[in-house]
Amino acid sequence: MPLNRQDARALDDPQPRHQLRTHPLEFRPMSAPAAAARPAALQFKGRMITVTVLRLLDASPEVLSRELDACLSDGSGLLAGLPTVLDLEALGEAAGGLDLAALATLLRERGVTLIGLRDSGEAIRARASAAGLAVLNVDGGRAAPRREAEAAAPMAAEPVRSLLVTQPVRSGQQVYARGGDLILTAPVSAGAEVMADGNIHVYAPLRGRAMAGVLGDTGARIFCQRLDCELVAVAGHYRLSEQISDAEREGPVQIRLEGESLLIEPM
Amino acid sequence: MAKIVVVTSGKGGVGKTTTSAAISTGLAQAGHRTAVVDFDVGLRNLDLIMGVERRVVYDFVNVINGDANLKQALIKDKRVEGLYVLPASQTRDKDALTTEGVEKVLNELAEEFDYIVCDSPAGIERGALMAAYFADEAIVVTNPEVSSVRDSDRILGILASKTRHAEQGKGSIPGRLLLTRYSPERVVKGEMLSVEDVQEILAVDLLGVIPESQAVLNASNAGTPVIMDENSDAGQAYQDAVARFLGEDREHRFLTVQKKGLFGRLFGS
Repeated sequence: MPLNRQDARALDDPQPRHQLRTHPLEFRPMSAPAAAARPAALQFKGRMITVTVLRLLDASPEVLSRELDACLSDGSGLLAGLPTVLDLEALGEAAGGLDLAALATLLRERGVTLIGLRDSGEAIRARASAAGLAVLNVDGGRAAPRREAEAAAPMAAEPVRSLLVTQPVRSGQQVYARGGDLILTAPVSAGAEVMADGNIHVYAPLRGRAMAGVLGDTGARIFCQRLDCELVAVAGHYRLSEQISDAEREGPVQIRLEGESLLIEPM
Repeated sequence: MAKIVVVTSGKGGVGKTTTSAAISTGLAQAGHRTAVVDFDVGLRNLDLIMGVERRVVYDFVNVINGDANLKQALIKDKRVEGLYVLPASQTRDKDALTTEGVEKVLNELAEEFDYIVCDSPAGIERGALMAAYFADEAIVVTNPEVSSVRDSDRILGILASKTRHAEQGKGSIPGRLLLTRYSPERVVKGEMLSVEDVQEILAVDLLGVIPESQAVLNASNAGTPVIMDENSDAGQAYQDAVARFLGEDREHRFLTVQKKGLFGRLFGS
């Protein structure tokens, strides 16, 4: 789930619309020689991270701690250290009686890294900040279809901006096509990340990570000549390399979301 | 106008210094005045490979700091005419390499030499960035294994964005691949990536393939650049690479398993 936008400087330049922009392959603030005048102790970097959303269905601390222990006791350590966001929406009125600080302690004691709360109203915001928790505007899968309907009208009225990249995207580089499609005519290396608010087209092997519809557009698709990726995602729904069968990797493919599942289809 | 060439890789131990020594020696043998500069401040090795370790008086950092002038620090190679070594400092760290200092030294070298070969340290930190920053051209040294290939890919990305050339909006500097420690036998067995695999992943031109060879280790121990061992496969492969670097069209050698003795003949491998 995208929490943070990419900060590619080149992409922030105001560009006339209707224009295919080409990308100079220069992505992040850096500690290179020319940057010597910038502060050396600080670096701001945009990153995509995956967070786990923990939905609470019961407000009683006893029930929660018992069920948490049951979940975490399988010994897999699967949840340990995972950045987690609390979703209190399902509690409704009962959320008002919840002791957020105590709940945070409860989770942390069990190794769950709680980073904040999903935004669900003014009352929660005030109490979250009192408990030292961040309030995050997280677009879950459920919210996305509504957004898509809203987005459809302006998309039709205004031509979509595309970003064209003709150089290989190397390991460690990120490219983000803000507000439109990303078109790549050179390979995406393992360890590289390509992202777009719209679709991603790769006319070359895709070996890195590709995330389409990062703002939640569930209609976004990924097209590639050869799928050899580390991860593909559409609107936050992802599949890892090991979840992609050899049969699905053959030849050019498109990747799209149908309901909650990410389909990989030959073209 | 001198040409600045960076020899880089990302990963350590793949043969950057061996390659810097061989390429610079080869360029000098071809009649070009060449300086080879060790950017690995704190882990100086080039002087050993070049066999000049007993003649180091002043170093790169001394010149940057103005403690010595360039002429005092450059060590003249006794075997090849027109070849000079600028050693790194062993007692300092890579923060001693300032952009202005490095630029000043390279500018001064550019007045005297046709080629300046910059031997980059491993990693992507200051030393490596400084070695690459002013380069006109890059030689990316890679071993045929996945971690080395990925690191080289990372370096190619840095060359495309973090050199002076790129910052002036001229795009990536030309980078060519030098595949070292290549063993056709192990490629056949599936233990090693093939030249084709590596080239496909990295999508850059191939400068040369240096076979895995005892001659490289022998040369390092003796302090003689391996390119001077004309009878060895590695030496010949480096000579080919230098010829290609200078624009000659030479076929790649040592890519297939060599027939060897009785067993080779019996099984026709």
